[in-house]
Amino acid sequence: MDQVADVKITDMKERYRSGVLKYRQMGYWEPDYEPKDTDVLAVFRISPQDGVDPEEAAAAVAGESSTATWTVVWTDRLTDSEYYRAKAYKVEPVPGQEGQWFAYIAYDLDLFEEGSIANLTASIIGNVFGFKPLKALRLEDMRIPAHYLKTFQGPATGIVVERERLNCFGRPLLGATMKPKLGLSGRNYGRVVYEALKGGLDFTKDDENINSQPFMHWRDRYLYCMEGVNKAMAETGEVKGTYLNVTAATMEDMYERAEFARDLGSCIIMIDLVIGYTAIQSMAKWARKNDMILHLHRAGHGTYTRQKNHGISFRVIAKWMRMAGVDHIHAGTVVGKLEGDPRVISGIYDTCRENHVTKDLSRGLFFDQPWASLKKLMPVASGGIHAGQMHQLLTYLGEDVVLQFGGGTIGHPDGIQAGAIANRVALETMVKARNEGRDIWNEGPQILSEAAKWCRPLRAALDTWKDVTFNYASTDSVDYVPTPTPS
Amino acid sequence: MKVTQGQFSFLPELTQAEIKLQVEYALNSGWAVAIEYTADPHPRNSFWSMWGNPMFDLRDPAGVMMELDSCKAEHPGKYIKILAFDSKKGWESVRMSFMVQRPEFEPGFELVRQDGPGRSMHYTLRSHSTSRSPQPDTAL
Repeated sequence: MDQVADVKITDMKERYRSGVLKYRQMGYWEPDYEPKDTDVLAVFRISPQDGVDPEEAAAAVAGESSTATWTVVWTDRLTDSEYYRAKAYKVEPVPGQEGQWFAYIAYDLDLFEEGSIANLTASIIGNVFGFKPLKALRLEDMRIPAHYLKTFQGPATGIVVERERLNCFGRPLLGATMKPKLGLSGRNYGRVVYEALKGGLDFTKDDENINSQPFMHWRDRYLYCMEGVNKAMAETGEVKGTYLNVTAATMEDMYERAEFARDLGSCIIMIDLVIGYTAIQSMAKWARKNDMILHLHRAGHGTYTRQKNHGISFRVIAKWMRMAGVDHIHAGTVVGKLEGDPRVISGIYDTCRENHVTKDLSRGLFFDQPWASLKKLMPVASGGIHAGQMHQLLTYLGEDVVLQFGGGTIGHPDGIQAGAIANRVALETMVKARNEGRDIWNEGPQILSEAAKWCRPLRAALDTWKDVTFNYASTDSVDYVPTPTPS
Repeated sequence: MKVTQGQFSFLPELTQAEIKLQVEYALNSGWAVAIEYTADPHPRNSFWSMWGNPMFDLRDPAGVMMELDSCKAEHPGKYIKILAFDSKKGWESVRMSFMVQRPEFEPGFELVRQDGPGRSMHYTLRSHSTSRSPQPDTAL
């Protein structure tokens, strides 16, 4: 083998001699390849084992995520193997990270089944993540061609229709997760829902691990929650909702719960990311069929999205979930208690909401991504946010977002309704000020204290949480060197 | 009760000058402003009466304010809201909606409960304003 050069072998007799070849020699490294408009593109961050050069590692990733196995097989010759082979076409060192490279790989559209996240991911994040020649591997971004996107349903409802159904325009939606997460009886739980919605929130929410435990079975929760929702609607004249979590052990159980939620008149249900891609797509189809908004809680993602060297970037998960067809996705707060570098989060929000996302390495966007009119996915900001940050939230996240203040509503010193009022007043005040042309980023605190003069609950909220910030360095930031400009 | 639909229902009633600033924001965003009114603010009442078509060709907020004054004069005691329509691809819907007049007495809604099997419940919201003799707002 040593006498054969480390390049693609073109002599077919040589190429298919039994034994082991390098992936490059098998043809998975094609530096001259021009990706087609119809190709699925992926960029991986690779950390090759010592002694493995980056081109060979990239070729190996291409091979293991498409047609290759560890040795030469003659049965390749029964196929148009050139066509099915994924092609690593570029490697670049990761700025500031020794031993890491960005590897770009192109996959022909015919490698994938139409409309199936399970099939797409079985290739892209299948065997390859356990592959020994790599110390670590991270899927950073993907470009899904419009041709493939059009085989997916996309969000069941989408931002525009959700707003029309809720009769709520021109401001972020307000929500809160019910606390404590575990232990409340159905009746007590419904009380919290009612108080928060009556106070002024649009949505309340089950937490990710509220399913059907001994302290509260699901039917009981749904019945009391819907009493709270309807009572609050009658007393405010607004459309309200509560995300009834239908996550369960089997699809049959989930459908049963979703149908009960529908029959009670709920406008929204929720699922957890841990139910898996196929179950998510099934629920998205059910939601489209039943005029239901589908909320996705990203439970579990932190196990593989936070570390920069290994796993999957959340922007890829957001992309898959827009294709899979959910309507809401937790996508970061920037200022709250959970992971979130501002530039990374802004890239993820664009991925959810825009119809065309332009390549921008400074925000972790490696490709131009057309969305081919798939509906817009509403991002949800949840976790450690409060009314005093309203100017920052509106500036960072824009108005098409659900702002969820769980502790920031239920933990208010004067009660849940007061907490909801504080958040709603802070929100409306800030949107009004922004529309009036005020500089909310700098004047925000002053705008809030002006409103707090006539709104006591807001005063109390600002006093309670004024010093709460979560200033930790992000583990998932962008590795990128701006083009130097002459000074 | 107070119907709290719209962008600014939790704030003190907007002054004429404040309404004008919001209209200006809509026009600067390239949206068409519309005025709608109703006596029945049921949350599922999507189609309030239109005070004419959305003002697609009007770029001066003063014009909207004049229309608003006329609408108020003709419909005292009704709910009036200002909306902004965005015709851009991907939106093609309402981008702003806020109330600029409400009746002094807001009759509110009755929550009608109809029992179903297995403790399930069918809920209906009924507008007092559409019943023959509007009920006073009873504390719920």
